[in-house]
Amino acid sequence: MLTGLSFSSPWLVGLSAFLLYPLAAAFYYSLCDYSVLLPPVFVGFDNYIELLHDKLFWKSLYNTSFFALGAVGLSIVTALTLALLLNSKVKGVSAYRTAFFLPSLMPLVAGSMLWQTMYSGQGGIINTVLAKVGVTGPAWLADPAWAKIAIIFMAVWGAGNSMVIFLAGLQDVPTALYEASIIDGAGFWQRLLHVTLPMISPVIYFNLVMGIIAGFQAFAQALIMTSATGAPEQATLFYVLQLYNVGFMDLRMGYASAMAWVLFLIILALTFTATRLSKRWVHYDR
Amino acid sequence: MRLALVVCALLLLCCSCGRSRTEPSAGPRHVVYWEKWTDFEGEAMARVVDGFNAAERARATAEPGYRPIEVEMVVVSSIEQKLLIACAGGNPPDVAGIYSTMTAAYADKGALTDLTELARTSGLVRANYVGRYYDLGVHRGKLWGLPTAPASVALHWNKRLFREAGLDPEQPPETLEQLDAMAEKLTKWEVTLSNGEKQIRFGYQRDVPVAQKRLLQVGFLPSEPIWWAHGWGFVFGGKLLEGDRITIASPENVRAYRWMASYSQALGVDAVRRFRSAFGSFASAQNPFLSGQLAMEIQGVWMFNFIKKFADGMQWGAAPFPAPADHPELRGAASAEADLLAIPTGAAHPSEAWAFIRYVQQQAVMEQLCLGQRKASPLAVVSEQFYAQHPNPNISLFAELGASPNAWAAPKTGVWNEYNRELVTAVHKIANLTLTPEQALGEVQRRIQVSYDRDRAIYQKRLP
Repeated sequence: MLTGLSFSSPWLVGLSAFLLYPLAAAFYYSLCDYSVLLPPVFVGFDNYIELLHDKLFWKSLYNTSFFALGAVGLSIVTALTLALLLNSKVKGVSAYRTAFFLPSLMPLVAGSMLWQTMYSGQGGIINTVLAKVGVTGPAWLADPAWAKIAIIFMAVWGAGNSMVIFLAGLQDVPTALYEASIIDGAGFWQRLLHVTLPMISPVIYFNLVMGIIAGFQAFAQALIMTSATGAPEQATLFYVLQLYNVGFMDLRMGYASAMAWVLFLIILALTFTATRLSKRWVHYDR
Repeated sequence: MRLALVVCALLLLCCSCGRSRTEPSAGPRHVVYWEKWTDFEGEAMARVVDGFNAAERARATAEPGYRPIEVEMVVVSSIEQKLLIACAGGNPPDVAGIYSTMTAAYADKGALTDLTELARTSGLVRANYVGRYYDLGVHRGKLWGLPTAPASVALHWNKRLFREAGLDPEQPPETLEQLDAMAEKLTKWEVTLSNGEKQIRFGYQRDVPVAQKRLLQVGFLPSEPIWWAHGWGFVFGGKLLEGDRITIASPENVRAYRWMASYSQALGVDAVRRFRSAFGSFASAQNPFLSGQLAMEIQGVWMFNFIKKFADGMQWGAAPFPAPADHPELRGAASAEADLLAIPTGAAHPSEAWAFIRYVQQQAVMEQLCLGQRKASPLAVVSEQFYAQHPNPNISLFAELGASPNAWAAPKTGVWNEYNRELVTAVHKIANLTLTPEQALGEVQRRIQVSYDRDRAIYQKRLP
């Protein structure tokens, strides 16, 4: 018993010191008026009640949900399509795989700055290309109607990680199943719907959950591309950006902790829902 | 046994993590100074620190038994956040070079040492300074920091673009009406005619459909630079805070932001969006003023350094910012902020830290620092040599603007950051014509008054 505990102690200590304690401390501070510089004063659930009436809380939650939904959905579809294409036996497939994976290696800060230049409303590469085909592109990041969508497109560009995971999943599908389905006369779409997707459903589920978690924590891209105010007109004021503003700029760490806990509960609930729903469509048995 | 070993190892680790506060009884007294500037500004401060350390060593040689103070300068980025964490962790630097806009939030939360008595006994009084700069360190009647390099703002204009537009390059606007008229003449479009021919035209080109014109150059844009979002009201005599009242929706402020919206109406919201989104970052040759896309702009004393670095040879001028014709007395409204030297609460060596701050306040040292940082001096007495040696040809103007009765500083409140963010958003809504100035400013006033009252209530509850 003791030997076992001592061997697992590095993990136990790590979990307690870097996860459980911060979680518990954040919950305690969320019940306090706490500026970091002064001792916390207990205020009960005041911070949570104030959140309900805070326009920017709802605005940032809406922005984040919009982004997460768009980015997760589009990324999964794109990554899966790419993985299906790159799973075929064509010449130079490794080069293509590398090319599509490369963007995901780009640090978020560098990628954000690159896309910021590409999104320039006048003279940016995207609008220049669009103009060649007769389309007048918007002023992407400066237009409240387009700013979130622009950040979603950028997220899809970095879908290389999910693509690799899908690719691994695809290569794990037994060829016997495809052979059997071909003998039974199944076409491409039937094989995709009835063999490929059910067989890689655990991978889709994994990417979905990880995508939701990452999507709700979007922060750096907005801070770099559109500033801490979530410009234009708070269209890119993401939840974590607002949390950062409240905690580190306004020194309201108690309120920020309440926001952090609400985010934690939202992600927990979404993950739980995805897990419950997954029982209907994820197949682990081979 | 094994568990005991693990526990012992962890205890040892925990013990070694604590910072040893035991002072050696011999050798120099170590003072840690956090500086926020890098590049030439940081180097100028490093020379001041070297001068202080050399003076201390010389004193130790002359006075046997005297333990000299040795200042170690550490360059720290994002000082607003890092100082917060350091103070909360009980391990702050001895001296911090803060922004004047941080004073209220940090002082109210007990993170700064009250310097009132120290300054009084050292003979450092308000009369030694340009009063406005000294006041930046004063909050609720107490002194929390002393100024170093100050910064004020002025209208900058590009003389080449003035000449090209047929304007006198030596004659900047004196009233807002003149500025508006000049801005129109300085605005340049590429117009595509129905036969596909492209023409360059000056003026606002209101009759040309949006799809047929593209902005190449703008005379003036009130939404540029966006950090000035909070400053326009002062040009019209508005204020951001009066007593305990947030006054952003006052008639003067509404008039200011209505003037701002007039530019969006004249140029077109979408054209401005596209034009602005092509601007490069401030510290680059693609900065709109440096690249000649913007003919006039309100900018600070620092702009000279960026002109030298990215657009050397540019013909430019600086002048007091114009006022509305019906309020000529408001000409030269300028924000006047400064860097401050402060001692965080819990600093290990407060008296040594004060010795360093006092050293920097000497006229010769302050002039060395401000000359190196290419700014004006915050002191009341400035040598002729300072102006003669200063690389910025307009430095006297910036000094005058900082000291003028029309100079102003950000309101001293713990909610200033939130107020400023809300204003930036309001300015976007006004410039995009999404909301009228009355609606946008009214919303900011309502929200910030609530935050202000809450912040004040918390502070008052905690007053000893």
